[in-house]
Amino acid sequence: MTASSLHLFVLVVPLLSALAVNLLGRNSRQWIAPLVLGSLTFSVFASLIVLVRVINQGTLRYTVGNWQPPFGIELVVDPLSALMMVLIAVVALLASFSSLKSVEQELPGREHLFFTLYLILIAGLFGLVLTGDAFNLYVLLEITSITSYGLIAMGRGRAALSSFNYIIMGSIGACFYLLGVGYIYILTGTLNMADIARILPTLNAPVATATAISFSLVGLWIKMAFFPLHTWLPNAYGHAPTGATTMMAPLMTKVTVYLMVRVILSMYTPEQVFTHAWITSSVVWAAALAIICGSAMALAQKDLRRMLTYVIVAEVGYMVGGVFLANANGLTGSILHIVNDALMTLCLFLVVAAIIYRQGSVSLVSLQGIFHRMPVTMAAFTLGAFAMIGVPPTCGFFSKWYLILGGVEAGRWEFVIALVISSLVNAVLFFRIIELAYFGSLADGEHHEHAASERHEAPWWMLKPLVLTAILLIVVGLSTGPLVDNVIRLMIPVGF
Amino acid sequence: MEMMVDEVVAKYNYWIYVVLMMIGFYAMIGKRNLVKKLLGLNIFQTAIILFFVSTGVKKGGGIPIVDKYQALAGGVDAASVVNPLPHVLMLTAIVVGVSVTGVALAVLQRVYREYGTLEEDEILEKVQQ
Repeated sequence: MTASSLHLFVLVVPLLSALAVNLLGRNSRQWIAPLVLGSLTFSVFASLIVLVRVINQGTLRYTVGNWQPPFGIELVVDPLSALMMVLIAVVALLASFSSLKSVEQELPGREHLFFTLYLILIAGLFGLVLTGDAFNLYVLLEITSITSYGLIAMGRGRAALSSFNYIIMGSIGACFYLLGVGYIYILTGTLNMADIARILPTLNAPVATATAISFSLVGLWIKMAFFPLHTWLPNAYGHAPTGATTMMAPLMTKVTVYLMVRVILSMYTPEQVFTHAWITSSVVWAAALAIICGSAMALAQKDLRRMLTYVIVAEVGYMVGGVFLANANGLTGSILHIVNDALMTLCLFLVVAAIIYRQGSVSLVSLQGIFHRMPVTMAAFTLGAFAMIGVPPTCGFFSKWYLILGGVEAGRWEFVIALVISSLVNAVLFFRIIELAYFGSLADGEHHEHAASERHEAPWWMLKPLVLTAILLIVVGLSTGPLVDNVIRLMIPVGF
Repeated sequence: MEMMVDEVVAKYNYWIYVVLMMIGFYAMIGKRNLVKKLLGLNIFQTAIILFFVSTGVKKGGGIPIVDKYQALAGGVDAASVVNPLPHVLMLTAIVVGVSVTGVALAVLQRVYREYGTLEEDEILEKVQQ
């Protein structure tokens, strides 16, 4: 292993251990946990080293199979992709502790299959943030999607049906992206992102470029469940096995938002994407609608997990809207929110996994008085809820601050108002649950059999990552300054 | 009218791909049977594959297999062979399409076992019960 290609090993180690999990885990379950946790721990440390190296030495490049770019596939690690690598590795590692426990309970005898898909999905996500090739990105997008179809379909009841709907929507999204790449290839004759960015501005083909941009962006919007293309997400994430949702909900949509940022910044230029004011303004309007509708639909849910899936739809609106504000603060806010939202979602879904492990249901009725039964879990939930609402010093506050600043600067008041309303709705949403969980009974005073039972905390395997994530929410919040100055600012194009 | 016909004939490959794509799209949105939706998805993907492959064509271009020593000595006249790259890309896309279809069929089997039907209306009825 040479030190210069360390970033490649971040991807390769989970991929190879996916094979090992399948072969060894088939016979004996004992292999699964050490292999999964070992490979992801390696990825965490390796990606941290890569991040430090990228900050000190600048962008790293790796040519696969020694085919020189622009002909061969190139892996590019700039500060943003290094940051995303660390994020994916950390979130996947923390989620896998909890997944190991809940899969043991929900899918006995099929753990090796589950974790094979799980690790391939994570390897695919690493590949997405590493690649510098437009077509390779499509292939990796499909690798992550196909594994997630499989993971979702492993759930009970309606899971298979939801998975099928996701297959149809996800494939349309991928095909649109591929079509966009096709137009780009016809225009430039290259698939290397850096090369495309070099050639595309020299061509005078505004209509064809706009077609390519809109096809690839719409494709990615379907994949990230941007309103009104979000309909597959709540069912898919609501019915998947708990262990799968814990990892997919924080990572899949966020990595796709990263891809949108990457495509806008590195493949096209921001000037090309944001030329027409009416397009950017309608995207920002759609984002504002996404935020409002996502929050409103979250209010109508009677199940904590389904409620959180609608919160994800609203959060995607935050990030897409922030990018299309087309100014430095909006973009900073979006990138920061990718990191923060992944951690907040992870925290809340770890809570969901812990509660489902103990009592099998997270319907709002069954949450009555849960504070007394699972105090540590619910304390972490409260912290996660504060981050979602945007209470300082949790990390959710800082990214929202940047987004609101960007909105004010761009004069997009509809976006600012949507953000504020969504924060208020989030406060209502989460305080309703905290009240129910703490004070026990519903308004009608109905007594529930759980309500007065004794303390029954989640197992340590679920509790430790949860507490760690809750601490991370505050740590990341407090280190927003260095994060923005050292990593995110480097990615904002000059004169933007 | 004549201009439009000329336009269609001159770029007939693009028109074919658009028509095929719309057929696939209609099947995915309009049909109520889940297998028909999946077939629509396949038509949709095939349309894009045809689109890519047709972009590699050149008038009078031969197959892109050249003699190594001749190529090393004198280089290759790019106009004499069709562009092989879109074909290679589409090989990968076909593999992706096949695996999506495989996963989708497996998922459909589970749907059938769960509900005893693949008609969307009947499934929704059973879900609501």
